[in-house]
Amino acid sequence: MVLTSAGSGGFTGRLRDAVAEGGRGGGEPFFRRHFTATDIETRAALQALMLALDQAGVGDEDSSNAELILAEALNNVVEHAYADGAGPVELTVSLQRNGMACTISDRGRPMPSGVVPSPGLPVIDPPDDLPEGGFGWHIIRCLTSELAYQRDRDRNSLMMRLPWSDFD
Amino acid sequence: MDISTSRAGQALVITVNDNRVDAAVAIEFKEAVRCAAEEPGNPVILDLSQVTFLDSSGLGAVVAVMKLLGTSRPLELAGLTPPVAKVFRLTRMNTVFTIHPDASGSLQAAG
Repeated sequence: MVLTSAGSGGFTGRLRDAVAEGGRGGGEPFFRRHFTATDIETRAALQALMLALDQAGVGDEDSSNAELILAEALNNVVEHAYADGAGPVELTVSLQRNGMACTISDRGRPMPSGVVPSPGLPVIDPPDDLPEGGFGWHIIRCLTSELAYQRDRDRNSLMMRLPWSDFD
Repeated sequence: MDISTSRAGQALVITVNDNRVDAAVAIEFKEAVRCAAEEPGNPVILDLSQVTFLDSSGLGAVVAVMKLLGTSRPLELAGLTPPVAKVFRLTRMNTVFTIHPDASGSLQAAG
């Protein structure tokens, strides 16, 4: 992969600086937020992230992709990992040369099979077969270049890498 | 959930005036659109031009409304912003709905 700043978008000076900053000695991530895993707090965390990405000069497509995959993954934490009641979640985002590294950690139930699900797209055959759900992991897999799940004692950790849209 | 309705010829246009249809409002959204769709008009056109974020919960709510309306009263979509269009494309739900570029275009087409 070759890094260039040419073209229509994303990798502007400010973003380059943020990436350089993020790469320095593995320090603090670009964005970190602890919250309770509920729909409303998920929304607030994503809106805070969108503001921070905008201020760092991340382009619209990259930030909207990040918002989408994080919403899908956090919705899963709310619905499944914490099906018995809300608990704490930590979201971190690091801006790196090969994309945004997004990590979600929680202390809820483990993934059922111990691995990231790959359900594929649900069957769509209107008018009888019109799925109302089951799209989340498909969307995440479409947009990420790397996806890793770890269960460490009582802690789930999901890492998703979202490549910069300017590079392919 | 802020939703308004208008008529365009035979069509009922339901306009979503909020900019997010996510897990926090999906149930409320579905109920609000379902109520709004009790007004007469066929087809029913959902104007999403002000919606800049929709996740799979929101998508599921749109599909649920389509199913509630049934095949005799199709739910069509108008004014998808790029992030919303992407969700429909990634899930291939863009093949299920008639999608108009914008509400004014759909009004003419439906009028």
